[in-house]
Amino acid sequence: MTIIPALTVAVLFATGTYLILQRTLTRIILGVGLIGNGANLLLLVSAGPAGRTPLIGSGDPAGFTDPLPQALALTAIVITFGLSAFLLALAYRSWQVTHDDEVEDDIEDRRIARLRGELDPDLDALTQELEELEDVAAEPPHHTPNTGRGEP
Amino acid sequence: MNALLALPVVVPLLAAALTVIAVRLPMVQRLLTFVGVATALGASIAILVQVDRDGPQATQVGGWPVPIGITLVADLFSALMLVIGLATVLAVLAFAIGQRGDEHESAFHPVYLVMTAGVALSFLTGDLFNLFVAFEITLTASYVLITLGGTREQVRAGMTYVVINLLASFLFVAAIAFVYASTGTMNFADMADKLATLSPALQTSLSLLLLVVFGIKAAIFPLYFWLPDSYPTARTSVTAVFAGLLTKVGVYSIIRTQTLLFPDNRQTTLLLVIAGFTMVVGVLGAIAQDDMKRILSFHIVSQIGYMILGVGLFTVSGLAGAVFFVLHQIPVKASLFLVGGLVEHDAGSTKLSHVGGLVRRIPLAATLFLIAALSLAGIPPLSGFVGKLALVSAGLDAQEYAIIAVSLLVSIGTLFSMVKIWNGVFWGTPEEPTPAILAGEAVHTPALMKLATVALVGLTVAIALAAGPIYSLCERAATDLLDPTAYVTAVQG
Repeated sequence: MTIIPALTVAVLFATGTYLILQRTLTRIILGVGLIGNGANLLLLVSAGPAGRTPLIGSGDPAGFTDPLPQALALTAIVITFGLSAFLLALAYRSWQVTHDDEVEDDIEDRRIARLRGELDPDLDALTQELEELEDVAAEPPHHTPNTGRGEP
Repeated sequence: MNALLALPVVVPLLAAALTVIAVRLPMVQRLLTFVGVATALGASIAILVQVDRDGPQATQVGGWPVPIGITLVADLFSALMLVIGLATVLAVLAFAIGQRGDEHESAFHPVYLVMTAGVALSFLTGDLFNLFVAFEITLTASYVLITLGGTREQVRAGMTYVVINLLASFLFVAAIAFVYASTGTMNFADMADKLATLSPALQTSLSLLLLVVFGIKAAIFPLYFWLPDSYPTARTSVTAVFAGLLTKVGVYSIIRTQTLLFPDNRQTTLLLVIAGFTMVVGVLGAIAQDDMKRILSFHIVSQIGYMILGVGLFTVSGLAGAVFFVLHQIPVKASLFLVGGLVEHDAGSTKLSHVGGLVRRIPLAATLFLIAALSLAGIPPLSGFVGKLALVSAGLDAQEYAIIAVSLLVSIGTLFSMVKIWNGVFWGTPEEPTPAILAGEAVHTPALMKLATVALVGLTVAIALAAGPIYSLCERAATDLLDPTAYVTAVQG
């Protein structure tokens, strides 16, 4: 039966999607990992039901499992592994420069949004805060802790 | 066996390995990268000549028979994409080398070469899983390139870029699994026959899944949000080559899969609707922006709409228009970003409110911008006009009047935002001038940077001058796309 692997794939994709939609980087990375595993498992399932013998020796060809999806999954796993490592390094760099685990808003988007709703004080305050942060980031290296972005 | 087909992939990879060894010798690295890309370009010109003379060429990597081994195939479409793509890569490389004083240059060269190899492999591969690998090679290199400076802004934008593209890659793996489960093959030519025997519902699901995957890479509506956010933060040479090539690899894959794999299951209406929204949303986004690079980034999205329009018509003239349009876009888009780089080099910013009156300081950049911008907007006799004319006449033949009206309106919007850049950057006086502008003297620009931009704009002018022969090549490419018998025969021997 392939129902159990199929269900596992569905759960991995669902939880991964949920995590990717969060704003903190660590959760996003975990989400990417889960979806990656889900996709690789799906590749394995595409070979057909589990439990057949591997392609060794001689015998009835119908009894052997298809080796190609395993080779594909192996390649995909290696790629996922490499990219996860890169993503972790990037997240670390992001923590180094912002001292925060959250994904920031794009400052230009904020400015455009302000053009639209010039009378919205909340939006104005947020934009100003971000612009100040940008100025802080432009200064030489420092070790200020969380720069007052509110509750993490 | 045709070893020529492997050269555009193998040579840059080999050169990348050598540049890593020569990491402490900047001049050797530059030379290796330049020679690597130039050799790949030479090989792709040879491929184009051969394909033009003898029809589609195929080679089995490692000599494994079809469909077990990996196939490399070049038909007219992929050969044309290769030549124009690699020529642009070479010009942008010259610009990057000219831009001295870059502390990350030793890392730039190997990564740039790997990206070149990935792009070439995506155009040449005849195998769905190999296409995934080619995408990953390109993307992994692009992740490094986009975050190379490691600044706060780059890390923020790079994060979005990496996560979105990773998600698209996982969807691609899922699509591959579904395709394999239903056909038992990864070879395009072999798959085309087997997909035709599946139920229409299954065909539609697979076709749409692949469209979503490539749609994210090509930045079509509604999957484009990541692009204008992430592209402008990278350095000029990187943004230029991304703008010119990476989205077009997505468009190439859409055209390849939709025509070759699903000939009986055409998503005409869906593609035309997507094309319309992509054009309109892109151009409206561009008009709202206040930064040259960001305006141009939104235009990448808008112009993708025209290509999808040509694909959506599924006629020879529509596809020929789309192919021509892609070929014209690659150098035009890249050269506009290079001009942006010249502006940034001189004035220190590309924000319209910070710069102004640059036509006196850098007249050459202003002239180059004018040519490329008018070409983008589709003013005769430049190449954009030929591409749009082909698409409009194909649309009229297919009686898709609504989408033609939209595309013409979007052209006006494009012209408007190009004039906005011209007025903001090259004319007028800046509201908050940058220190460089206040100093008065024009900054010295290295000759190689100028030369590279001139060469790329020259390429777009050449495409316009040779529009007749190039368009007839595109027409033949489109005929082959709609009737892939020659492609399938070349692969299956």
